[in-house]
Amino acid sequence: MWNYIGRRILATLPVLLIVAVLVFLMLRLTPGDPAAVIAGDAATSQDVAEIRAKLGLDRPVVTQFFIWIGRGLQGDFGESFFYKKTVASLIADRIEPTLALATLTIILATLIAVPLGTLAAYRQGSWIDRIVMGISVIGFSVPVFVIGYVLIYVFALQLGWFPVQGYQRLADGFGGFLHRLILPSITLAMVYVALLARMTRTSVLEVLNEDYVRTARAKGLPNLKVLVFHALRNAAVPIVTVIGIGIAVLIGGVVVTESVYNIPGLGRLTVDAVLARDYPTVQAVILLFSFAYVVINLAIDLMYTVLDPRIRY
Amino acid sequence: MAEPVLEIRGLRIALPKDSDRAEAVSGVSFSVAAGEIVCLVGESGSGKSVIAFSAMGLLPKSLPVVSGTIALQGENLVGASEYRLRELRCTRMGMIFQEPMTALNPVMRCGDQIDEVLRAHTQLAAAVRREKIIAMIAQVHLPDPVRMVDSFPHQLSGGQRQRIMIAMALVLGPSLLIADEPTTALDVTTQAQILKLIRELQRDRGTGVLFITHDFGVVAEIADRVAVLQYGELVEMGPTAQILSAPQHPYTRMLIASVPSHTPPARPPVAGAGDAIVLSTEALAKTYSTAGLFGGARKVDAARDVSIEIRKGETLGIVGESGSGKSTVARCIARLIDPSGGKILLCGTDIARMPAGRLRELRHKVQIVFQDPYRSLNPRRTVGESIIEGPMNYGLARHDALERSRKLMELVRLDPGALERYPHQFSGGQRQRICIARALAMEPELLIADEAVSALDVSVQAQVLKLLEEIRHSLHLAVLFITHDLRVAAQVCDKVAVMSKGIVVEYGPAEQVFRAPQHEYTRALFDAAPGRGFEFAAA
Repeated sequence: MWNYIGRRILATLPVLLIVAVLVFLMLRLTPGDPAAVIAGDAATSQDVAEIRAKLGLDRPVVTQFFIWIGRGLQGDFGESFFYKKTVASLIADRIEPTLALATLTIILATLIAVPLGTLAAYRQGSWIDRIVMGISVIGFSVPVFVIGYVLIYVFALQLGWFPVQGYQRLADGFGGFLHRLILPSITLAMVYVALLARMTRTSVLEVLNEDYVRTARAKGLPNLKVLVFHALRNAAVPIVTVIGIGIAVLIGGVVVTESVYNIPGLGRLTVDAVLARDYPTVQAVILLFSFAYVVINLAIDLMYTVLDPRIRY
Repeated sequence: MAEPVLEIRGLRIALPKDSDRAEAVSGVSFSVAAGEIVCLVGESGSGKSVIAFSAMGLLPKSLPVVSGTIALQGENLVGASEYRLRELRCTRMGMIFQEPMTALNPVMRCGDQIDEVLRAHTQLAAAVRREKIIAMIAQVHLPDPVRMVDSFPHQLSGGQRQRIMIAMALVLGPSLLIADEPTTALDVTTQAQILKLIRELQRDRGTGVLFITHDFGVVAEIADRVAVLQYGELVEMGPTAQILSAPQHPYTRMLIASVPSHTPPARPPVAGAGDAIVLSTEALAKTYSTAGLFGGARKVDAARDVSIEIRKGETLGIVGESGSGKSTVARCIARLIDPSGGKILLCGTDIARMPAGRLRELRHKVQIVFQDPYRSLNPRRTVGESIIEGPMNYGLARHDALERSRKLMELVRLDPGALERYPHQFSGGQRQRICIARALAMEPELLIADEAVSALDVSVQAQVLKLLEEIRHSLHLAVLFITHDLRVAAQVCDKVAVMSKGIVVEYGPAEQVFRAPQHEYTRALFDAAPGRGFEFAAA
């Protein structure tokens, strides 16, 4: 087991290195010069060259890479070109909204989708099944920003139940924090509800035909117990996989939602940094995303051993 | 006479509209008394399992009970509420199933699965329940009951799992036990133990048992009375000895006559076959090993030091229980898996380590017919396409391949016109004939039949075995016959190799091995075979 965890963590290093190289190169190969952006429209080429030298961008790309990687290994990801702060503190400021949004989204999506999917499987072919599958088609096909604006129009502008935009820190009160986060989370959750409900339905359906479900019924257990302890419990592995992938994809996918609801999270930071050619920030954020992805995948694999005693590493 | 535990009167169960007959069960009546074992015997599709499930109230909605009564100790279960049925399950009627490997929830500890029964039907405290569970596990003779409670199903063998199932079904002491082919998926030695256990528990508790089986050997072992079903109708019922020795109904007579005898018939060598050796192996071995990162490799010898020999027109049987390595040997010989040691001489050429490119030339010489005819044909391809694919891969023109497939269909006694149809339009026996035709289309020297008749009903099995015999004679084919069924082996093999734990423990002419087995494992295997004392087909 520990053997396995050790190997998996070692295996993440090459992945992270490749990501680092790719991000670094891509930023420098795309057109646009951060020095020019910083200097502004009125600057002379003299000014731009000075700024460039100050940021170290006049040196060869390979040298720049090794300086960045060398410092990065010591935990120093440099200073943002624009915010005049270290990248580390910038990320620390922005990570809470993103984590909060992603967490609430996944919790909502799981709470809605797993019971719906199980119910749809149990009543396969009934009207419940057809409604659930219909909703999931809508969830798949309507773009996130459309759902976002429709929800704002209905629940914020017309009904006035929720604020239109903005974010409140958790430290400033849980009620306000949750109140402002609900609409963005529902927006983001829609597509995951669709995906997860379908996945749950399929795996539960498969398991419902298993012999041990018949055994459970032959024992005289009530239907709910058969469904939860025998069917759902055995269908859990693929469902958890999708939830895990959901978390990973979400962290990268909050960009649109954060823009629509004006939430100062990592997604917004990434967009702003890319537009401004803020190299250190973009590099650090993307590296962080890939690290999160790798860790979540490891966590999912370890979850399997809890869910299914037959799986041992 | 006291009130029967189970009394079924005029039971009719409908089939869905597009089925081959209108009713799954047509007017069946019989009863099971306390302390009695009644066997329901029939081939697949006879409706025997449907009756069992109807008593438990576990039939799918597509199979509704049309009329009749099912009385459990006088209480009619037809039309009883779902709630009442749930109350009765495991308290007054328990059930065990065919597949112990899949009938237990794989992610739940065995003790918890038995505990569920107690929690659902009793108010007992946790400590009392645990005591009861451990006592019950001890009663089904599982070793170390305290450890069993905490083990997961995958840590147990098939026989042990079936014991857990029996413990689960009987923990509340129901008056009726329904056993649906409970030993069919088990090895003969395990089967003998489970049958003994069921007998013992049933005697001690006076439980009435409704025992579903297709195997007359098992019937002879366990039944007090036998009911024979054909197409949903009860054709004959009576005490076991009477049904087995003096069957009245022609169907019963045919079924009993189809059961292969344990005594091998005299087998003169096939005329004109010569005695060329088609295949021989020398010290064939297959080892599976899983390597850990920091050492600690695990090695399993699936087959070790296997040396066998098959001549033209001869059938060699490899007999053994599951895990004995018999299929591993077959797969090595066909080079579906790579052997880890020894030689495989096919018509004099060693193919054990031949690279895939050169092996291709020889592949057509060895063909396999697998166990499950339902899964070994591509369902989305016509039968004809499946048969001609092989020869066309070896360069035969489509027209000639089709011509050959038509001839083969006649050889396996199927209508050549059926080549355009899909596998699902055929019965199991027909599909196995198609699989044989497919193998023969490659014009092999050696035909490997890997449990090729094990999934078939006895009457169909008898026909397919007869077909294999004819083909062996007309084509002078060498046949490697892998089976766990000693009766079948006795009938079709010239020589027999008995395998246990990867090793051939006994090897010789079938007549000699069956008449005077030398190795103790062979003797144990023969003793465990159900219905030994009963000579079915007086061949």
